[in-house]
Amino acid sequence: MSGSHDHGHDHHDHDHEHPRLSELQLRVRALESLLVEKGLVDPAALDEFIDIYETKVGPRNGARVVARAWTDPAFLDWLRKDASAAIKSFGFEGRQGEHMVVVENTDKVHNLVVCTLCSCYPWPVLGLPPVWYKSSPYRSRAVIDPRGVLADFGTVLPDDVEIKVWDSTAEVRYLVLPQRPAGTETLSEDELADLVTRNSMIGVETVSYPARPAREAAE
Amino acid sequence: MNGAHDMGGMHGFGPVQDEPEDEYFHGEWERRAFALTLACGGLGKWSIDEGRYSRERQPPAQYLANTYYEQWLHGLETLLVEKGLVTEEELRTGKAAGPKPNDVQALPAERVYKALQQGSPYTRPVDHPPGFAVGDRVRVRNDHPPTHTRAPRYVRGRVGTVVLYHGGHVFADASARGERGVADHLYNVAFDSKDLWGIQAQPGDVHLDLWEPYLEPA
Repeated sequence: MSGSHDHGHDHHDHDHEHPRLSELQLRVRALESLLVEKGLVDPAALDEFIDIYETKVGPRNGARVVARAWTDPAFLDWLRKDASAAIKSFGFEGRQGEHMVVVENTDKVHNLVVCTLCSCYPWPVLGLPPVWYKSSPYRSRAVIDPRGVLADFGTVLPDDVEIKVWDSTAEVRYLVLPQRPAGTETLSEDELADLVTRNSMIGVETVSYPARPAREAAE
Repeated sequence: MNGAHDMGGMHGFGPVQDEPEDEYFHGEWERRAFALTLACGGLGKWSIDEGRYSRERQPPAQYLANTYYEQWLHGLETLLVEKGLVTEEELRTGKAAGPKPNDVQALPAERVYKALQQGSPYTRPVDHPPGFAVGDRVRVRNDHPPTHTRAPRYVRGRVGTVVLYHGGHVFADASARGERGVADHLYNVAFDSKDLWGIQAQPGDVHLDLWEPYLEPA
């Protein structure tokens, strides 16, 4: 999670070429200085919010939960009965993850999570959602054309697999427990966690072993 | 409300484009808009549902044209003015014209982490027993409230099966109107895709969390 600042500066440098971006930059800057002047926000608190969600809370949290569930039957059982408590045992809790449910993929069932109405997403285990999760293409299609959405990610499931789509319409947050890939019997819990992608915990991918090339390239 | 935000089942938005895992923001203004929204939410002047309603109340064409954090920025500015924390004039100039509101306290940096870890649980006691049980067949009422609701259009009038009971939860529709302390029973209801999408359906089902006032026996 170290590349984010570079992305930010890339965009920043191009501000002059994008009037709308420039305008937003100014609008947000003006709002921030107004709110600081009025004593409504502490500027150091803003930096803290950003730092937490750029460097501390992200999908590696969820990957640890998944790897534990794959290797520890008692933990899996706990996750099924009380996902919020089981996940909290890692210290992953709080905002946008107060009420957790874990949905398990099997040979016959594949789960996919969406929020058609806005962008509800389990922050403590996955961090902030990617742009595509919040976008109109995903929100509109996940419920009517889940196989089409999976195909956009290169994911093709056998015809006899039933897809369960979870539309997050209240404050319950859903985490997909992907299937453990074959051939990983000798891997440690940490090595297993490294295989688990954010996308597999939303349900748009399955977990591959060896890891997907795209993920390796991104690292 | 039947706004542009209620997009489940719409066509024509194109393919979904993947992004790297570590890409959370696109430009510094998104970071600041995100943090300002969380910091101002911490003032306790509005609920998460009022926050959602402030975004979905935009004219549909504007909602669809905005990027994600533009929705947040619009919602934040709307609520700051509606709750009397800033004026339209102050938003325009970026300069404080009046005194600091004395009934609010900025969230200090050292309390941010703890506040996030605590979150805000939404479970509440309900003053009547649950009307439905797991296994019951239920129909989503064909209601079209002009205000905030979490029953999307694509399930209204449709029949599904209760598969989970989540307990009593803060009722979003009331919370979005600024009413505090209204809770009702929350269920997860599974709809067979065929019952939602007819001959275009793919095998499977779609699950939604729906409050009891949305439902009637089927």
